[in-house]
Amino acid sequence: MIKKGEWVSIKKTLLEPEERTGRLPEETKATPFTLWVKGRLTEDAELGGEASVITRTGRLESGLLEEANPMYQLDYGFFLDELLRIGDQARNILYGGDERG
Amino acid sequence: MAKDMSYDGVMSRRPEIIFTSAGIDFSKFERGGVVFDYEAMMESTGYTPDKIREVQSNASVGNTPIIELRNLTELARRYSSPGSGARIFIKDEAANPSGSFKDRRAATAIYHAKRAGYKGVIAATSGNFGAAVASQAAANGLKCVIVQECYDSRKTGQPEIIEKARKCEAYGAEVIQCTVGPELFYLSLRLLEETGYFSASLYSPFGVAGIETLGIELAEQFTTLIGRGPDAVVCTNAGGGNLTGTARGLLKAGCETRVIGASVNLAGLHMASDTNFNKKSFTTGHTGFGIPFATWPDRSDVPRSAARPLRYMDRYVSVNQGEVFYMTELLANLEGLERGPAGNTSLAAAFALARELPEDSVIVAQETEYTGAGKHVSPQLSFARKNGIEVAFGDPNDEIPGQSIILPDDPGMIQAREIDLNKLRASLIRHAKDAADRDLSDGDIEFLAVETRTDVEYVLKTLNTP
Repeated sequence: MIKKGEWVSIKKTLLEPEERTGRLPEETKATPFTLWVKGRLTEDAELGGEASVITRTGRLESGLLEEANPMYQLDYGFFLDELLRIGDQARNILYGGDERG
Repeated sequence: MAKDMSYDGVMSRRPEIIFTSAGIDFSKFERGGVVFDYEAMMESTGYTPDKIREVQSNASVGNTPIIELRNLTELARRYSSPGSGARIFIKDEAANPSGSFKDRRAATAIYHAKRAGYKGVIAATSGNFGAAVASQAAANGLKCVIVQECYDSRKTGQPEIIEKARKCEAYGAEVIQCTVGPELFYLSLRLLEETGYFSASLYSPFGVAGIETLGIELAEQFTTLIGRGPDAVVCTNAGGGNLTGTARGLLKAGCETRVIGASVNLAGLHMASDTNFNKKSFTTGHTGFGIPFATWPDRSDVPRSAARPLRYMDRYVSVNQGEVFYMTELLANLEGLERGPAGNTSLAAAFALARELPEDSVIVAQETEYTGAGKHVSPQLSFARKNGIEVAFGDPNDEIPGQSIILPDDPGMIQAREIDLNKLRASLIRHAKDAADRDLSDGDIEFLAVETRTDVEYVLKTLNTP
């Protein structure tokens, strides 16, 4: 149970596949047009269940409750050795000498 | 009776919704179907270049530095014939408040929205324009909704777009993230109707006039530095507004420089495809927008787009994804400037084009953009690998969009590949003919000559070629 007033993310299907515009590749047309938006819950709700939120601009939106206190999942990815090699090669071309292999 | 909120229902109310939300009556500029009065539309904003500079200056937008890239220039000269290798400069647009030149477009639009009494603004954009609109809305006390095309149907999102959502939310905006598809426009119309907010379209006269100051600044800065305008300005080209605005600004400043468009080559990837969405590593500045918007500008979210790049482009080139990522690393390693990859599209092209020009000439890549977690070479290449894209050193000519990203084995392999402007011009002329669905008048043909920067004879010849 997520409490009223919590900051959450909801998912809403805006257009079912058959309601979508005709000018679409088949693989896109086979999926619903879906949106995600964040806001504060207007009532207690269960994860996966129906929920309404007030968004940052004060709009009322409803959908399925997907996540409470959603966090940003952003990072700098894997270590990529290629990126070191680009810099080293360019320095060697310009400044020479210091071969670091 | 409740309003019809179906796709067709909302789209049928498009003219009224745009009329109410755009702050412009586009119908005033129509002259019989094919022809419209472009210059009258541009002037309809009522803002002169001086006024726009004042508005931008008050918002701490613009007046960004130009930086000479001496080491990159030296590197390009190692691969040039004797006496060749132009001086390479960038205009450091990352110095704008939200980190890109898009602040210029947003500042003008938001200033107008506030003055016209709108309580908020809405923009449909996955890129830097969203951050710019959110930033300017915050500074002006307006509410803001940004609608993004962000996820595929499995809710896997491009790291660059997820970062942009974070940035917009940091400025207090409501961000709506959607799955792939042109229905983004339908959703924007619904939201405009529901809220009564201003539509901050990238393609409105406000959005394009705001960039003219960039061209004017380039003319002034180079006149101070070298006593004349730059010899070539390279603009990353997607929707066409960046190139159009910059070129118009250069012309207004009396600067006869060559304007070159550059896009990342994404040939073969369908932009509305759920499965192709995460196979690309550039979400803008690519040929998937650049070519369709050049050949038919009015496909945009306003009835008549202010972005009309074929009117201004001297040349159009493409670079590959691997070359742009590579250039982003060179910029950091050789110049000490860590900037976002997408903004370096024009720089990758400028590096290749500099080799064709004499040593005493000047070529400018007219933008940079901010970088950070998600929006950076490393997470973007990691994301590509996770999605099955091969990332390897090799010959950039072997790169296949959606299958591989090839980092050049050597800096001398970076190329600017010619996109045939005559094909794009022919495409625009045929689009206009098809849309008119009648014989074209003399006036139509004269208009198409201006649209394609050609002459009447050229348009007639194109129309008579099967």
